[in-house]
Amino acid sequence: MTALPASTDKKLGLVIDLDTCVGCHGCVTSCKGWNTENYGVPLSDMDAYGADPSGTFLNRVFSYEVQPADKPAQTVHFPKSCLHCEDAPCVTVCPTGASYKRTEDGIVLVNEDRCIGCGLCAWACPYGARELDQAAGVMKKCTLCVDRIYNENLEEVDRVPSCVRTCPAGARHFGDLGDPDSDVSKLVAERGGFDLMPEQGTKPVNKYLPPRPKDTMETAGIPDLKPVATEAKGFLGWLDKALEKL
Amino acid sequence: MHPAPSVIIFTTFSGLGFGLLAWLGLGFPDVSGGTAFAFFFIAYALAVGGLLASTFHLGNRKNAIYAFSQWRTSWLSREGIASVMTLLVFAPYALSLIFADTALPFLGYLGSILALITVFTTSMIYTQLKTIPRWNMPLNPVLFLLYALSGGALMAGEAKVAGVLILLLTLLQVAAWKMGDDRLSSTGTDKGTATGLGSIGTVRMLESAHTARNYILDEMVHIIGRKHAQKLRMIAGILIGALPAAILLLTPAGHVTSFVALACHILGVIVGRWLFFAEAEHVVGMYYSRD
Ligand code: SF4
Ligand code: SF4
Repeated sequence: MTALPASTDKKLGLVIDLDTCVGCHGCVTSCKGWNTENYGVPLSDMDAYGADPSGTFLNRVFSYEVQPADKPAQTVHFPKSCLHCEDAPCVTVCPTGASYKRTEDGIVLVNEDRCIGCGLCAWACPYGARELDQAAGVMKKCTLCVDRIYNENLEEVDRVPSCVRTCPAGARHFGDLGDPDSDVSKLVAERGGFDLMPEQGTKPVNKYLPPRPKDTMETAGIPDLKPVATEAKGFLGWLDKALEKL
Repeated sequence: MHPAPSVIIFTTFSGLGFGLLAWLGLGFPDVSGGTAFAFFFIAYALAVGGLLASTFHLGNRKNAIYAFSQWRTSWLSREGIASVMTLLVFAPYALSLIFADTALPFLGYLGSILALITVFTTSMIYTQLKTIPRWNMPLNPVLFLLYALSGGALMAGEAKVAGVLILLLTLLQVAAWKMGDDRLSSTGTDKGTATGLGSIGTVRMLESAHTARNYILDEMVHIIGRKHAQKLRMIAGILIGALPAAILLLTPAGHVTSFVALACHILGVIVGRWLFFAEAEHVVGMYYSRD
């Protein structure tokens, strides 16, 4: 049913640290790998070896430049995937019941056996988190690796989303954001985690941690260095003069 | 948004078809026998043809039956149900007019209401989207309904009523174009809120997440042709609008004038619908904006 649950038992989601992300796209690759072989149809590529390749991805990393008024610009790498919104507009617009939000953990999923590929859910998502697979014609989105996190066949350390497991910088954290005592909730409180486009009213579960303030270099009031030697001496001094006379 | 021919055709022709049905249900024009057949044939062809066109942009048509299931939350589902109900209610009404020369007014009124509900649900599919501020305003459903009613009146041969409705429609459409221009900025969404980095400074995309195009860009970040928007608005306004209204209100009613007005109007609506999609900015564009 595409009615949203009034509340969910847990709010599983990601916390993404924009201070730590180095923009390596490792999470993008591991996401594509895991999700091509597991939940739902594969994430197809079109014209993969041709002149105009494209493909379906559930997670993508942008790079932005932020220019403060009085400081040097800084580069911020910015991974973006489904934020598993509490008021997910993508779910309520779906005509078929294919899109739904789970009551037990808040994960937003697509049941591909019902999806007609109308694309309306992708229109309703402010974040560009849903892509229609061009081979299968059904909607694909981040599943929070629902087939890993509860998977008893995996080692415990692997029971997290593939992107979190892969990130070499430790920029991605996974947990229950509905529980104020969880590690992720504490991290968000401590670092001032924020929502993307809060004015859209989607109440995203995923949070982003801001880049830490950069050091400021004291530049005002420092006198310029004085020249240590105005006149060259010795052999080089002689050479300089000699060349000048020529 | 990408102005896909399938959705432009769908909204234009199904709107006209349901608009004509709404008038036929009220007994305008009062037809029976062969004439009734002709009118209902046209109305059904437009409504059904438009709906079929809309299925061309579906990726996975085999699950289409499920689209009738989520009427409690989804405007698209409601539209599916409303359109089928309208067509079903009008079937006995039309058959009785054609073969028995008998009007069944109750079914006619019910059908007319359902036809307008269908048009309203279509408009709400677009209006509900907060992500596309230009569509997300109350004037949008009003316009869809007026388009259907005035196009329908024109086809029903109610020249003077159509003229007045078209005049009103044109004024409101021009107002909607103007109002739409401020919608995106009035939501407060910009690159700063999209990335959450606005509190640090001015945000600029350094590198996109992907070098190739993708579904999001193809579908939602359509910017081609916007530079001609003003000219196209003029053309659409004249064709939808100014010209048909002048013909209908200032010349004596006749088949030829009505036909010219109708052809003009339909052409204008197609241009207008192209603009409706092409001009609509989706907030996801913020993530891709290079300026
Ligand atoms: S990020 Fe987009 S796809 Fe994910 S729940 Fe929110 S609106 Fe839906
Ligand atoms: S594309 Fe599929 S999941 Fe999305 S709204 Fe349409 S039917 Fe629902």
